[in-house]
Amino acid sequence: MSDHTPESPTLAVCGEFNIFTAAAMKEQLMTTLAANPAGHDIDIDLSDVTDIDTAGIQLMLMAKREAATQGKTLRFVRHSDAVLDLFDLCDLASHFGDPVLIRSQTRGPHES
Amino acid sequence: MNLDDALDTFVIESRELLENMEAALLQIEQSPDDADLINAIFRAAHTIKGSAGLFGQDHLVTFTHSAENVLDQVRGGHLAISGELVAVFLGVCDHIGTLVDCVAEKRPIPEEAQARSVELIQRLKAVSGEATPAPTTTSQLVEHVAPEAACVREGGGEGVETGNWHISLRFNPDVLKNGMDPVSFIRYLGTFGRIVSIVTLTDALPGIAEFDPEDCYLGFEINYETEADKAAIEAAFEFVRDDARIRILPPHSLVDEYLALIQSFPEEDLRLGEILIRCGTLTRHELERALETQTQARDDGADAQRIGEVLVAQNLVQPAVVEAALQKQKQVKENKTGDASLIRVNADKLDEHINLIGELIIASAGINLAAQKSGQPDLLEAASLLNRLVENIRDSALQLRMVQIGATFNKFQRVVRDVSREIGKDIRLEISGADTELDKTVVEKIGDPLTHLVRNSMDHGIEPADVRLAAGKPAHGTLRLNAYHDSGSIVIEVSDDGGGLNKARILAKAIDRGLIKPDQVLTDDEIHGLIFEPGFSTAAQINNLSGRGVGMDVVRRNIIALRGSVEIESEEGIGATMRIRLPLTLAIIDGFLVEVGNSSFVVPLEMVVECVELTEAEIAASQGRDQLDLRGEVLPFIRLRDLFEIDEPARAHNDQRHSTGAEEDLATVLQPVKRENVVVVNYAGHRAGLVVDNLQGEYQTVIRPLGAVFSGLQGISGFTILGTGMVALILDVPGLVKRVARQETQTHPPARALPA
Repeated sequence: MSDHTPESPTLAVCGEFNIFTAAAMKEQLMTTLAANPAGHDIDIDLSDVTDIDTAGIQLMLMAKREAATQGKTLRFVRHSDAVLDLFDLCDLASHFGDPVLIRSQTRGPHES
Repeated sequence: MNLDDALDTFVIESRELLENMEAALLQIEQSPDDADLINAIFRAAHTIKGSAGLFGQDHLVTFTHSAENVLDQVRGGHLAISGELVAVFLGVCDHIGTLVDCVAEKRPIPEEAQARSVELIQRLKAVSGEATPAPTTTSQLVEHVAPEAACVREGGGEGVETGNWHISLRFNPDVLKNGMDPVSFIRYLGTFGRIVSIVTLTDALPGIAEFDPEDCYLGFEINYETEADKAAIEAAFEFVRDDARIRILPPHSLVDEYLALIQSFPEEDLRLGEILIRCGTLTRHELERALETQTQARDDGADAQRIGEVLVAQNLVQPAVVEAALQKQKQVKENKTGDASLIRVNADKLDEHINLIGELIIASAGINLAAQKSGQPDLLEAASLLNRLVENIRDSALQLRMVQIGATFNKFQRVVRDVSREIGKDIRLEISGADTELDKTVVEKIGDPLTHLVRNSMDHGIEPADVRLAAGKPAHGTLRLNAYHDSGSIVIEVSDDGGGLNKARILAKAIDRGLIKPDQVLTDDEIHGLIFEPGFSTAAQINNLSGRGVGMDVVRRNIIALRGSVEIESEEGIGATMRIRLPLTLAIIDGFLVEVGNSSFVVPLEMVVECVELTEAEIAASQGRDQLDLRGEVLPFIRLRDLFEIDEPARAHNDQRHSTGAEEDLATVLQPVKRENVVVVNYAGHRAGLVVDNLQGEYQTVIRPLGAVFSGLQGISGFTILGTGMVALILDVPGLVKRVARQETQTHPPARALPA
């Protein structure tokens, strides 16, 4: 987690990103935020997130906002399907403003 | 429910916000990085826009919205504060004021104001560069109001359709701990209907320190289309019912349900218009239709209806819904005023209160008198205690009307800024004594004279930069506003470090105008006083400031009308100070009590010049004319006995005939057969004499206005009640002086010669 390049994200979230891991995740996000000085870019890899819920999404919202107030750029990258599903459901993609891979399925999941 | 009241509140609030905005704009030039100031400006614009939307003032909304866009860029750090930007926003601020005035007067926006709006929007675009998104239609407001909540619109984004359900969800913090996932309920909704749009509310998210990862902070507003019935939707939330506030509003819902929704909103700053739109009670079409109806009604000359009334009339919302929204607004307002630990009191109520205290003073004076007559020690003690308390109450009541002069002074920041640009001088304003208090009525009336003095100092007092540098002064001029209390009056000073008054030029001008004779010798004060004479102006050039037809004479007249005075202290080459002295309150005056027969009259002490005895010799010398020779000058006089048709009193010495012989002699000595006094009064340069029987001396008086029945009465401006319970009338000296002048021309048209 020390040398930051676009190819090696600052933090990778693996497995569950939900109420069960929320407390640990908050610690991890706080540590990551603290470890990076202002002006630094922080990338958080979500490619291995298998499950995400309200607790996860509000952690993301909080981290994003906190980074902005500290003058850091925090990006969520390589969103997994689970994350994208939730984004679509709650219409949050534009809220985060992070680049999101466009999936072949164009309609929202709530249409199915 | 009265929407007019709400509109008044809107107008008052908007004006206050504009004042704040202006103050912040003036400050921000000095400290462009102050985020608080930028936020203050933004907040002002945003709040006005929100409230204006609620009253259907779409022009105001559109205009303010454009301004807000630019402010948003500033706030986001995309646009730097510059002099130009501030100048544009000062213009915007003024223009919003104009638009608010239109709203207050319930008249449509005049065309020139509309043109000005367009012009200002263009200028806003220019200062903010090409990047400005400048939506100028009301419909786009909706999206801006909730920037965090851009709506997803499937099916071509045709907007919210009528006939959809509206679901509001606010989850309790514990919901996650209880093993439930809010988004799963939303996901479940997708199984038997279509989520047309969803807004995730993140307002409640705390900072990282307070953030408990196992608490839920999110809320959702959902526009939902389904064939299912309410029971089915409710069933979707069955498990979370205890852990969330859920409002489900069916299409064309019942009043109570809308009501509950609005009241359950936790977001504080939501205004009625925004609430109605956001909670899905109204679609945009319905809103626009209502706006059209309102405009039509206005065009037809019918009483302009408020948006709320229109909506009610069209059965789009029930009165109770509007009321609930207003209630919400009121709560927000109360919270706000509570923060500042201030309450807003109607000025009329305060006046009534002070009136009652006036009555109390008179009543207690009566009790005092009765107690002294009775001689009972207990009663005397109680009466004196009462007296002291009443005095305290009077003082604190008058204190209630006192306001700090700071707000008035701060307005001059703008005046000084604008005028100094206009006339091309660099002038700074320094303010001191801003916390000095004076009566509200005085504050309201002092603004204009003060403005004129300030402009006069800037225009005539402070020299151009090159002259200043040559004189060894700093290039920028300094204007000072100062206020302080001085023995029962307030003194307001306007001083500049300019060239001072040019005595030679004033003298030359005065002689030229025939105000003084060429060989007249005047003191410095008298020379300075000349600039307050009517028709006097030393301005070599006529510009925007001078030549407005408002001369220094008007300034002095206005100040005198407030029972104040103005003086000048000037040192050539160093600067000048204009000093206004005003009474602290208009409700209490220093009076001069006189008696005619059994009636008492009060003459405002400031207008009394002197008192002289009216001897038989002088009456004889006047040859029947009501004029007397006062040290070689003609002084017209009025006999108050004749004017008010007061009966000749039973002669004092006649009454005393029945007393002992020694007293009789004394009485004859003290009360000569006919001894009258003349009170010489002066108003606006005219002198007149008032003939009275007795002089009683100074008397502090609470002025009471006369009732409507006596409004046509001449010569009387008010009344007061003496400690004895007697009524004393307050003489209208300006009116009497005018009357004297008129009578004189009527009875003796050509002859104005001195009596021999």
